[in-house]
Amino acid sequence: MKGVRHYPGFLAITILCLVVLYAPLLVIMAYSFNGSTSITTWGGFSLHWYVDVFTGAEAARFGQAAWNSLTIAIIAATASTAIATAAAVAMIRGGTFRGKRATFALINMPLMVPEIVTAVATLIFFAMIGLTTGYLTILIAHITFCIPFAYLPIAARLQGIEGHYEQAARDLYASRWQAFRLILLPLMAPGVVSGYLLAFIISLDDFIITNFVKGAGMETLPTAIFGSVKQGIKPNIMAISTLMLVVSILFVTLSYLINRKGRRAP
Amino acid sequence: MAGMVPDQTPSAAGDGYRRIVGPLLLPTWVVIGIFLVLPVALMAVYSVLTKEFRGGVDWQFSLAAYDQFFLNRGLFGDEPPTLEWTYITIFWRSIWQAAMATALCLAIGFPTAWFIATRPANTRGIWLFLITIPYWVNLLIRTVSLKFLIRDNGPLNEALMGAGLIDGPLPLVNTNLAVQLGLFYSYLPFMVLPVYAAVERYNFAYSEAAADLYASRWVTLREIVLPIVKPGIVAGCLLVFIPSLGAFLAPDLLGGAKTFMIGSLIDEQFKGSLGNWPFGAAVSMILMTLVMIALLFYARSTAKGGAA
Repeated sequence: MKGVRHYPGFLAITILCLVVLYAPLLVIMAYSFNGSTSITTWGGFSLHWYVDVFTGAEAARFGQAAWNSLTIAIIAATASTAIATAAAVAMIRGGTFRGKRATFALINMPLMVPEIVTAVATLIFFAMIGLTTGYLTILIAHITFCIPFAYLPIAARLQGIEGHYEQAARDLYASRWQAFRLILLPLMAPGVVSGYLLAFIISLDDFIITNFVKGAGMETLPTAIFGSVKQGIKPNIMAISTLMLVVSILFVTLSYLINRKGRRAP
Repeated sequence: MAGMVPDQTPSAAGDGYRRIVGPLLLPTWVVIGIFLVLPVALMAVYSVLTKEFRGGVDWQFSLAAYDQFFLNRGLFGDEPPTLEWTYITIFWRSIWQAAMATALCLAIGFPTAWFIATRPANTRGIWLFLITIPYWVNLLIRTVSLKFLIRDNGPLNEALMGAGLIDGPLPLVNTNLAVQLGLFYSYLPFMVLPVYAAVERYNFAYSEAAADLYASRWVTLREIVLPIVKPGIVAGCLLVFIPSLGAFLAPDLLGGAKTFMIGSLIDEQFKGSLGNWPFGAAVSMILMTLVMIALLFYARSTAKGGAA
């Protein structure tokens, strides 16, 4: 009986929801191809602003910011994924142990504490120990808050893998390390990749915490964009935004496809 | 099961990891312990220290930050203290804005989650994916895009005027509504996902039973469905409300002086020589306390729901 599942108007609201979610992004993408120097009038299709991003007056500043963002995201995602993978193996495969609940709370703490509070606390900590704010402090902060994002897909994947495979390997005299490397790791790989990609995007995305711990003269893409936007939305910002948007969507789609493929496998 | 090891529990089949749990978790403890737990504890300490004028603190115990937040002692600080409303108003406004954004997310998110959960199983993933994609796009870019779309001479107003629906542009930017829209836009997926998870588990036989007993759709929704999927709704509301409360980008970019929220208040305390670190730390502590209260409320409501 289909009737009880159907509510009139819910389809319309879902469509409205999607329109609201996508309209601003589509508009900014469309206007990034605007040939006019004014952001309000449409001057025909042009790649002018994309050329400007790479060769214009602000190209060096945004180039450096993009490089910082990218390298920080790669290092932070790698470190947090390694930490989260070890933690997930211990939490899911380590049986019950003292402090398990506390550890679980600890892993999720970056999600519980409001971002602005984390930003303040981290800044105070770095000021207190006398570490000059800059690249390193951004990196440390990013590794910390990326851990739960890397952990969640890895733990979810690990939960779905039964213990038989490793048990069989162990029965056949594989060492613990061999059983992990040859059996468990390949099986949990989709979760690990998924976790890595999410951590990467979360790092690339962060503004608030980075803005607090970046120090003077240091910029990542979001902080550089924020600085420019304060003076008004210029077309080159739209081109940069569109590029970042495409990268994000590409990564998430990749993560989604890998996860789906992983789920179909045994 | 292999069944060779008698004391093996089924859940711990890869038992080799039991003995190395400590080393495996050590990096997590160290990193989150040192770079998050310790800083938050330090922030609590900073909130009761004395302000130093170049930004930073003197290591001198003082309740000045909390005093400044709650009490008004007049211009020269010698009048009998009365309740200071400036900051409480900012908190109240933030709570209101976050609550409105949460309500907006629920009004749009619930029907959307319901619609998705009632699709054939093989297409639900695609729908959910469509809803979550924008969340992964940089929050700053999303907020800027929204501002571009709704600004006075932006595409939305031009389209509405072109269609003859309005005569002059709707002044949306710098209003409460714009901030609520921004928060809604920032956190909508946080509402859809938990509600979806709850509706997906809902047994539609209850609705059929209600229909057989001549309950209308909407009565069924109110009396049967909502009480059952309530945990998902509560989780969604919390996941939207908490980040909205401390949000910085949406109020900063879409709002103006009249929509000043907690996030901007904290941000101000750490910018340049005008800042006041102990006060910023104290405001952060108060914000965190509010969030913890909300989380406790949630934990209690789920504990009750589980027992029922």
